[in-house]
Amino acid sequence: MIRADRIFGVVMVILALGYILSAMSIQTSFLSDPVGPRVFPYMVAGVVLICSLVMILRPDPEVDWPVGGMLLQMALALAVLFGYAMLIRPLGFVIPTVIAAGILSWQINPRPVPAALAGLGLGIGLFVLFKFILGLGLQGLPRALMG
Amino acid sequence: MDTLANLAMGFGIALTPYTLMLAVIGCFVGTIIGALPGLGPSNGVALLIPISFSMGLTAIPALVLLTSVYYGAMYGGRISSILLNIPGDEPAMMTTLDGYPMAKQGFASDALVISGFASFVGAFLATVGLMFLSPMLAQVAFKFGPAEYFALYMLAFCTLGGIGSNNQAKAALAAAIGLGISMIGLDKTTGMPRFTFGEMHLMDGVDFLVAIVGLFAVAEVFHFIETHGKDSAIGVKLGKITVNWAKLWSTRYAMLRGSGIGFVAGILPGAGASLGSFLAYMTEKSSAKDKSTFGKGNPNGVAAPEAGNNAAAGGALIPMLTLGVPGSGTTAVLLALLLTLNITPGPLLFTERPEVVWSLIASLLIANIMLLVMNVPLVKVFVKILSVPSWVLLPGVTMIAFVGIYSLTGSSFDMMLMVAFGVMGWLFRKLDIPTVPVILGILLGNAMEDNMRRAMVLSNGDWTYLFSSPIAIGLWIAAVVGFVAPMFLRGVLKKPPQPSTDGGTTD
Repeated sequence: MIRADRIFGVVMVILALGYILSAMSIQTSFLSDPVGPRVFPYMVAGVVLICSLVMILRPDPEVDWPVGGMLLQMALALAVLFGYAMLIRPLGFVIPTVIAAGILSWQINPRPVPAALAGLGLGIGLFVLFKFILGLGLQGLPRALMG
Repeated sequence: MDTLANLAMGFGIALTPYTLMLAVIGCFVGTIIGALPGLGPSNGVALLIPISFSMGLTAIPALVLLTSVYYGAMYGGRISSILLNIPGDEPAMMTTLDGYPMAKQGFASDALVISGFASFVGAFLATVGLMFLSPMLAQVAFKFGPAEYFALYMLAFCTLGGIGSNNQAKAALAAAIGLGISMIGLDKTTGMPRFTFGEMHLMDGVDFLVAIVGLFAVAEVFHFIETHGKDSAIGVKLGKITVNWAKLWSTRYAMLRGSGIGFVAGILPGAGASLGSFLAYMTEKSSAKDKSTFGKGNPNGVAAPEAGNNAAAGGALIPMLTLGVPGSGTTAVLLALLLTLNITPGPLLFTERPEVVWSLIASLLIANIMLLVMNVPLVKVFVKILSVPSWVLLPGVTMIAFVGIYSLTGSSFDMMLMVAFGVMGWLFRKLDIPTVPVILGILLGNAMEDNMRRAMVLSNGDWTYLFSSPIAIGLWIAAVVGFVAPMFLRGVLKKPPQPSTDGGTTD
């Protein structure tokens, strides 16, 4: 029986080995201290290796993983957040926020009208709060429109 | 009296109208954050650090604002514990045990009043303790060299991992992952890049605020969508808030005992408020004559854990301020705040920037009194706010997280990194890997390595130097005990089950 702990452990072993490999190529200058910049990363990777092996050998009981529709929902949320991170600079704060907040709201409570209202309210309300009350330097609308 | 003179100076700074206003706002926002399920002191403060920093607040106002939020969140956590049977934050878990049964029996107002006063007693006594103990500990901390600091960091990781998690290997793994992430960026001593893979954005390293907001706040979004967070509904009736003095007075010893236990638990690295409230409750239960009333609405069972967790919140500030080593997730976030403000905690803080320390202590005392007023007579305001539906709240929190990081760094790369940390936080939660050690690792990694390397410079590469002083040896022993002992105590430290809701909330 393969458990998530085992898979995670194997992934971490690979990452730790990659980390050690990357640490080996760190350049040291001739004026270095007795330890140098590589030893501590080696120690850290060593701890990761030991713990990952423990996880592979003695995994905890399996938990329920999201499947089917729920997995899609979570993928959608992830896509929304990544898209938001990319679009907030070119498109300004308000439009991406209305869309992203609306979609997240709909995911929690699948009624379109309240979700749309929540998105609109949050997009505009938070902009007013941050820009005018707290004085943060936010760009409200797409740069192209602002000239 | 040095302490009193210092305190007077602190009040001199903290009692200006501007800082008082910030304290009021901080207490108010903090109580809301604490009361809302899913938002606790650590993610609340984490969300607000980038925002207060982008607002251009200077050190003392920012510190006053955010420590008020911290204390406020500790007060607020009890509100949803009592009314919804959902702990507003993790330390408030124990308050549900007797608080919710009390509310169901129609004593919601009593439970809120008693827990509000208990929070005040705990937090107040702990702040006084902080006032007297931290200068003393700062004196001891002057004796610490790099070897001792290295051992101290080990102690923090070991006890945090040992006490705060169910699986030692996973806790150690989390700490190592955090330390590994902190290595990314330019090496301070040699100026050489490490693990940047030619990516310019990584030259400065991973901003710990990005990691904290991602792991604490964005991860909550995924968790919420997955569990399909139900709209919380207040299932118990809350009448007029009246103070039942007799009942309140009857819990005085529970409050005092809880404060003492919580304070000590808070000072210990790695223990923090959750353990404080847990131990306070268990002590109260085992020392009571009639144990069977606990879990069925015993007022002492509300007073003790609330005093305990608020006292622990104050106690936890001591190692954070004097040694620069946080003992819990929230103090780790507060350490992040200090580092963002360019304040290095440690013994030197007390001699070089006493105005920071003492104005902080003064504002904690002020915040406490404000919180007592807000949380007893005005508690109904917060109860109203609890009825904000989650489909507005959660997108709002997410957007605030983004705005904070965006206005701090202005880069899409950091926001995507934050989302990645969010996914990591969700995955770790699924796998039962604690995320607090990751944060602590990212925060302390460079200092830990630095101390190790300085120790080696002093000893010319002799590793036994790390164990050469009595203080260092003591810390190493404590670290090993703190990591190993909880394996055997796990059976004893089992948490009692939460009271069943039986139709009280409409799911």
